[in-house]
Amino acid sequence: MNIGYYPGCALHGSSNDYEQSLRGCLSALDVQLDEMKDWICCGATAAHSLNHKLSLALPARNLAMAERDGFKELFAPCPLCSMQLLKAKKAVADERVRKELSEIVEADIRGESEVLNLIQLFEKVGVERIKSAVKTPLKSITAACYYGCLLTRPPDVVHFDDFEQPTSMESIVAALGAKTVEWNYKTECCGAGMTMSNEEVVLELAHKILSNAAEHGANCLVVACPMCHVNLDMKQAAVERRFEKKLGMVVYYLSDLVGLALGLSAEQLGINRHFVTQA
Amino acid sequence: MENSALGQVLPELVPIQFPDHIEVADCYQCGKCTAGCPVAMHMDVAPNQIVRLAQLGEWEKALRSRAIWDCVGCQTCSTRCPKEVDCAGVMDALREASLARGMAARGKLPVVAFQKIFLENIRRNGRLNELELIGQFKAEVVLNTGRIPFLFKDAGLAPQLGKRKKLHLIPGKARDRKVVKRIFERCSSERKP
Repeated sequence: MNIGYYPGCALHGSSNDYEQSLRGCLSALDVQLDEMKDWICCGATAAHSLNHKLSLALPARNLAMAERDGFKELFAPCPLCSMQLLKAKKAVADERVRKELSEIVEADIRGESEVLNLIQLFEKVGVERIKSAVKTPLKSITAACYYGCLLTRPPDVVHFDDFEQPTSMESIVAALGAKTVEWNYKTECCGAGMTMSNEEVVLELAHKILSNAAEHGANCLVVACPMCHVNLDMKQAAVERRFEKKLGMVVYYLSDLVGLALGLSAEQLGINRHFVTQA
Repeated sequence: MENSALGQVLPELVPIQFPDHIEVADCYQCGKCTAGCPVAMHMDVAPNQIVRLAQLGEWEKALRSRAIWDCVGCQTCSTRCPKEVDCAGVMDALREASLARGMAARGKLPVVAFQKIFLENIRRNGRLNELELIGQFKAEVVLNTGRIPFLFKDAGLAPQLGKRKKLHLIPGKARDRKVVKRIFERCSSERKP
């Protein structure tokens, strides 16, 4: 299966371990990622914070370029990118807005491509198919599945899972032979793009999330977002210093776990490039 | 009039128009937005109070609040609102207006500077150049606050990122950067309020 791929800036930047994980895991499932040629940044938090029109135009341009390249499906592994694309897609359903945005971005936007997040991509491959391809069941894993803010929100834009108690990630993790825990911070925000500009808040939120997962018996966290990974993995040492507490919580991308279960090595998936690694 | 974090101070305060789907008058002040907000305890004005200020047209207080820059944009408030008031959308519109009128709270300079520098980075490169973003952001904060140690904060992370092959000295740029610049121009001039 070939699928249109919008990597977004993070996956071509400091979250390139996520891209390595995706490519490894997906090729083992016979899914090839066709990167769209002319993608640009979706504008992220900065655009929707400072310029509403720009926050629609940037993802709209990406939708138009993906359509030009003939992609019926567009996989965006970063939930913020994916939400921005869906927001633009929703906006262009209004013909007046569609015309205006098409003029702004110098391309005809039809808004027909299906935008997929990582969980939806795995669902498209088929959870049963993944289950039957498992070579190494993940018996030692007890995971807290962490959705963060934008996989399920805003629900009228992303239309994905239950926005308070999502379970789609648990279904995939369970198919790999791992256990999952019930916990309280599944959809609480980790502070996202504030890592640098408001670190104190990020450390506090990350501390709550990591501690709650541990209190409920998880031995690792599973995420499907590059920013969540930065705040929970890269910043974990800073959280430990700030709150004078040892956490040592390994944070996997969902594709890491699928890849491991399919028999790929930690090196092939880039897990050895995370900050917190298994003792 | 107070000094602002960035940009000029413009005295006139025309009413702020929210995107069509936002009807602040619908809010009946139940406070559910504030109850679920992960950062409300750090705000000078709580999310429900921000919506109240918008109902009353108290733009000065809303635009100068630190709260609009504390908001992390997680959408919990909008998702849980029983009256479907898009509180996160209100925050977005207020940030945009606050910056345009030069009223951003001085204490929130790092957040404001980060967003501005991020956008300028995209305007020039089409795709984010992380090292450039970090360098410019640190320089901006140090120049405006005199907090020299901020320059070296997290410097220890650089070699760790390098070891993990997470630093890109020559990042990829978008091919059609001229189009990106034109998109930015069209979105900033003749913009509807």
